[in-house]
Amino acid sequence: MYELNAVTKTYNATKRKVTALNAVSLSIPDGQMVAIQGPTGGGKSTLLQMLGALDRPTSGEVTLGDSSISSLADNRLAELRARKIGFVFQSFNLIPTLTAQENVETALAPLGLKADERRRRAQDALASVGLADRGTHLPAELSGGQQQRVAIARALVKDPEVLLADEPTGALDEATRDEIMDLLETFWRDKGLTLIIVTHDSAVARRAERRLYIKAGAVSEGALVS
Amino acid sequence: MFGTYLRRELFNRRKQTIIISIGMALAIALVIVVNSVSAGVQSAQAAVLQSVYGVGTDISISEAAAAPTAGATPGQFAFGSGSGAASGGTTTLNQSRLETSRTVTAFDATQLDTVTATSGVSAATGTLALTNSTFSGQLPTQSGGTAGGTGGAPGSDTSQTPPTGGADGAGGSSFDVNSFTVLGLDPASVSVGPLSAVTLSDGRSLTATDAGTNVAVLDSSYATSASLATGGTIDIGGTTFTIVGLVASSGADSTTASNVYIPLDVAQTLSGNAGKLTNIFVTAASASDVDSLAATLKTALPTATVSTEADLASSVSGSLSTASSLVSNLGTWLSLIVLAAAFLIAVLFTISGVTRRTREFGTLKAIGWSNRRIVGQVAGESVIQGLIGGVIGIVVGLVGVLIVNLVAPTLSGSATSAAATGAGAGPGGGRGFGAAASAAVETTVTLQAPVTLAVIGLAVLLAVLGGLIAGSIGGWRASRLRPAEALRSVA
Repeated sequence: MYELNAVTKTYNATKRKVTALNAVSLSIPDGQMVAIQGPTGGGKSTLLQMLGALDRPTSGEVTLGDSSISSLADNRLAELRARKIGFVFQSFNLIPTLTAQENVETALAPLGLKADERRRRAQDALASVGLADRGTHLPAELSGGQQQRVAIARALVKDPEVLLADEPTGALDEATRDEIMDLLETFWRDKGLTLIIVTHDSAVARRAERRLYIKAGAVSEGALVS
Repeated sequence: MFGTYLRRELFNRRKQTIIISIGMALAIALVIVVNSVSAGVQSAQAAVLQSVYGVGTDISISEAAAAPTAGATPGQFAFGSGSGAASGGTTTLNQSRLETSRTVTAFDATQLDTVTATSGVSAATGTLALTNSTFSGQLPTQSGGTAGGTGGAPGSDTSQTPPTGGADGAGGSSFDVNSFTVLGLDPASVSVGPLSAVTLSDGRSLTATDAGTNVAVLDSSYATSASLATGGTIDIGGTTFTIVGLVASSGADSTTASNVYIPLDVAQTLSGNAGKLTNIFVTAASASDVDSLAATLKTALPTATVSTEADLASSVSGSLSTASSLVSNLGTWLSLIVLAAAFLIAVLFTISGVTRRTREFGTLKAIGWSNRRIVGQVAGESVIQGLIGGVIGIVVGLVGVLIVNLVAPTLSGSATSAAATGAGAGPGGGRGFGAAASAAVETTVTLQAPVTLAVIGLAVLLAVLGGLIAGSIGGWRASRLRPAEALRSVA
């Protein structure tokens, strides 16, 4: 479960301070599917970075389970990300020189698994997103939808508690968008994940149980979907 | 994962790998060639010095001649014109004199005992460097003129016909002046000193039983030019010596330290230098103690000139000297510059690579890679690129050394002979009347550049070092990327 207590994040811009998050307090229970919407520059990505332990708040506290993201050292944050948090990015962020199989394995490297175990889990993950026969392909040899499937397999191969998706369908056409969202929703239901999606797309947001709106660093609740 | 990722990066970013590796290879090849040629030149210098000072001679001791005092009469060659046989208006002379060169001072042989007793001396031997000058021919008999005085000026006695002809074309004289260098050495101790570097080309060398006997060993080049051979005789200081052998320098087209070698005691007696030496050759017990031993000997023998092999190397001149300065100056600087450029290229390309891969590293950090893992990955890639460059560089360097050895350039070098002038005494003893006949020994050597394991090791070390420097800087840059900023900067 996420707990955000009066979280503020400011950045030092060239001539002034920019407040990306302004005293945000929020709880996200385990297993919830949340969509975060809002205008560009409203603080969506900053909030996702706080939730993903990629950054620390300027003030306030963020906790995931019993881990205080605000106060953990860098190496502990990396360990937290390695074990509990999966990421899916808008532009897929696959390593261009590695094959699909190897890209998925990068998520298991910090866990210290043996090569055989790593390979087997990566193959299973690729199979679960329908790309069992694409393991040896480089990202450039795959379509956008396939690349995002590989990215989802990479995010889920370590069985995380949380999956954070930043505009996961932003670079895809409608048909592919629906395929990807179906896939994410399936994993959310089957694995009991906490799924948090930042999106501009209302069609995507409507699939979530809970919708949050963020504007000028302030979060407000939207409709809770049953 | 480390190996797979590294292999993929190096293979799929071939252009960067090739540029960094080639830069490193060029630098390392140059280091190998310069090091090998430098070793070859040093070896050639040692060969030149050995032909003069002998194998294993670490230190040479001599005593320079004292500067002439003001108003002193310059030394003159007195050939004893009054002691010839007069006949028919001419005096026939055949004078041979054996004396020390004017550029050296003979010192007491007890100094050899001082040297031998010094701690750190493995072996030492003393020599006496001499010049034999021969005056033979005819001079017009000086009538002692009743009116004209001496000196050959026209006198009153005109009954005698002035001699005509002769070498000078006018003075009526006909004579020949000849000189050659003679080295007296202890026949029981030829393993140290000038005779240790020569090869026997005919007959035999001097042995302990030759002490006190009139036997001589000749430099083969001198023997050829003077039409002398083993079994023949040579006149030295008015005494006839039997030629028992000929020796030659180990280098091609070269001469040895002296024209003639005779037993030390005989040389001392004939030249009137009983109990005297002009040079002492010393072998140190340990090569690493040569400098300290030289300092000790300098203290023990305050008036002597004590020279180490390093001091003597500077006396080598000729194309060998040019090659030496070329290698030590241009070669070394070129190696350093190319090496620095290769390191710089590696660092810049690595930093550029890290900047280009900002999103990649940001993503890896987002999925849980620690800074240490990312730094290790970047450093590993750089080290492997350096090692690839190192391997190529070693191959190219070995080919370069092979080419040098196949071309085998010949270098000539000359060193001032200690036997003639005293070690490190500098130029002197020019050929000619009354001076040392041969002061410099010319040696031609073929340059051979050796490749040692140490040079290969140095190349590998430099390759790893270059990779580590580039990797450390690149890794440091990567570790400073905060995952959120890395991802945001891309967005």
